[in-house]
Amino acid sequence: MQTTLGQVNASSVFFFIIFITFTLLITYWAAKRTKTAKQYYAAGRSVTGFQNGLALSGDYMSAASFLGIAGMVSLKGYDGMIYATGWLVGWPALMFLIAEPLRNLGKYTFADVVAYRLNQKPIRIAAAIGGILVLLTYTIGQMVGAGNLIKLMFGLPYEVAELIVGCVMLMYVLFGGMLATTWVQIIKACLLLGGVTVLMLIGLSKFGFNPGELYGAIEKQYTATMLNPGGLITSPLDAVSLGLALMLGLLGLPHILMRFYTVPDAKAARKSVIWATTFIGYFYCIIPIVGFTAAALMGKEIIKKIDAGGNMAAPLLAEFVGGTAFMGFIAAVAFATILAVVAGLTLAAASAMSHDLFVNVIKGGKAEEAEQVKIARMATIIFGIAAILLGIAFKGQNVAYMVGLTFAIACSGNFPALLLSIVWKRFTTKGAVWAIIIGSVSATLFITLSPTVWVEVLKNPKAIFPLRNPAIVSMTLAFAVGIILSLIAPDKAAEAKFEEEKLRTYLGVGAE
Amino acid sequence: MARSTKEIVESQRFKALVRKRWSVSIILTVLLFVIYYGYILTVAYGKNFLAEKVGVYTNYGIIFGVLTIILSWLLTVFYVIWANSSYDKEVDELKKELQ
Repeated sequence: MQTTLGQVNASSVFFFIIFITFTLLITYWAAKRTKTAKQYYAAGRSVTGFQNGLALSGDYMSAASFLGIAGMVSLKGYDGMIYATGWLVGWPALMFLIAEPLRNLGKYTFADVVAYRLNQKPIRIAAAIGGILVLLTYTIGQMVGAGNLIKLMFGLPYEVAELIVGCVMLMYVLFGGMLATTWVQIIKACLLLGGVTVLMLIGLSKFGFNPGELYGAIEKQYTATMLNPGGLITSPLDAVSLGLALMLGLLGLPHILMRFYTVPDAKAARKSVIWATTFIGYFYCIIPIVGFTAAALMGKEIIKKIDAGGNMAAPLLAEFVGGTAFMGFIAAVAFATILAVVAGLTLAAASAMSHDLFVNVIKGGKAEEAEQVKIARMATIIFGIAAILLGIAFKGQNVAYMVGLTFAIACSGNFPALLLSIVWKRFTTKGAVWAIIIGSVSATLFITLSPTVWVEVLKNPKAIFPLRNPAIVSMTLAFAVGIILSLIAPDKAAEAKFEEEKLRTYLGVGAE
Repeated sequence: MARSTKEIVESQRFKALVRKRWSVSIILTVLLFVIYYGYILTVAYGKNFLAEKVGVYTNYGIIFGVLTIILSWLLTVFYVIWANSSYDKEVDELKKELQ
């Protein structure tokens, strides 16, 4: 099979230019509606539950899950599917545990919730550090992935790809704030869901629309082993720990949590999650079919020849079943996916820097609207440039562990403090600050000493920390620290505010 | 009948609502853990079982994988139905008492 993948092809450029033009027009429209801090950070709370559901799916379905899981299934078969299920289960947990209280208590960032009845400054500093750490590691993974993928798909040099992604997403965030970012996410989610659906349907049509026939073709070509669980889960404890990180890490991702402030109330927050769960669940159900179809129709050899990790399985399949034009479309969708995800991360990082650190720590909560927006824009530029530079600095590095690290820090650093501040009357400032710090630091330290980094990246013979993902240890540690410190030194003032806070948590009275 | 914030927060009705909300949430979260870890541990310990065929080519592994996603989604749907019908009604009535 001949492929034009890796060359600049007319159709991908065409679709890409349409996407950029259209999203920049939206940014122009949004820029005129983005004057206040509420508009910059939270799109004026004008987003509906359904729209936010799409935008959340857009934030969550990264190029790694689209190209990566399709590729993993095409090369390793069933094991890729196990991975796919793990990405969905955080969403129900987000709904049951924090979505509505989060919406009722906060304003722009999750730190608003943790700091609600505690000491503003220390909490804001700790939460901003925890949040930015998560966003930085996620951004590095995304930017390195972006450079590599764009190089594979369009043949552009790595550094040029980094610059294009960085600059375009900066335009969205800088001028259009949350409103533009939300609409970019919505468009991207529609394109991704639509594109993958068409790809799956054309692929399945070769098997009479019967997945059974597809599995039959796989079995004949590669024996049944490809349809059976393989070596992904060897140690159950490892699997449990990784599962915890995937599930509860979602509840500590600042760019996801921030989306809940774009909707008017808790009911709309609830609606957002059910739509997001629906779209994401559907996506992870069909993406393995794309992977299996690619393996059955084209064979693993061709997929591996283009990229050893299998990341190009989906675009290759598009070319095989729909020609160069369809491949161009799918490649442009992948590019749009990367842009949108990085834009979401940048906006979240900018709000942690400006809303949490500048306004609430340096200015003591008192800053003019115009000044807030100005600072938010400056923070956006700083993080955007950092994203480009980090992307270039990590060129050629193995960053596969970054996603695991991101989720480990999110579920150990941010999530315990967030949950305890919502449900536990006796939670104190000291408990929250140290839960965030100990959780984030231990997650980072343990993953560095784990087989994932210590052996595979740093090439040491034996890992010091046995688990591949430390969530089960680091998250437990964070909860323990938060609870013990709060019990040792009670904070009567914070306890007294808890009952009143409950009115806002559960009834939404006084929610912004 | 307007009541103060303090009266509402201390009322049996409000306390029952908060208790109910967390009972529902915790039960659903536990079910979610059972479903997800049930699947993961079956993959870890029951590889031979998952390789058995359900149809001509489809095996239990594929069915269980898809079921994990569908059941998790159904839990979320259940929560929304409960919240829309029962929780919201209580919230509205309590808020009315406040005014």
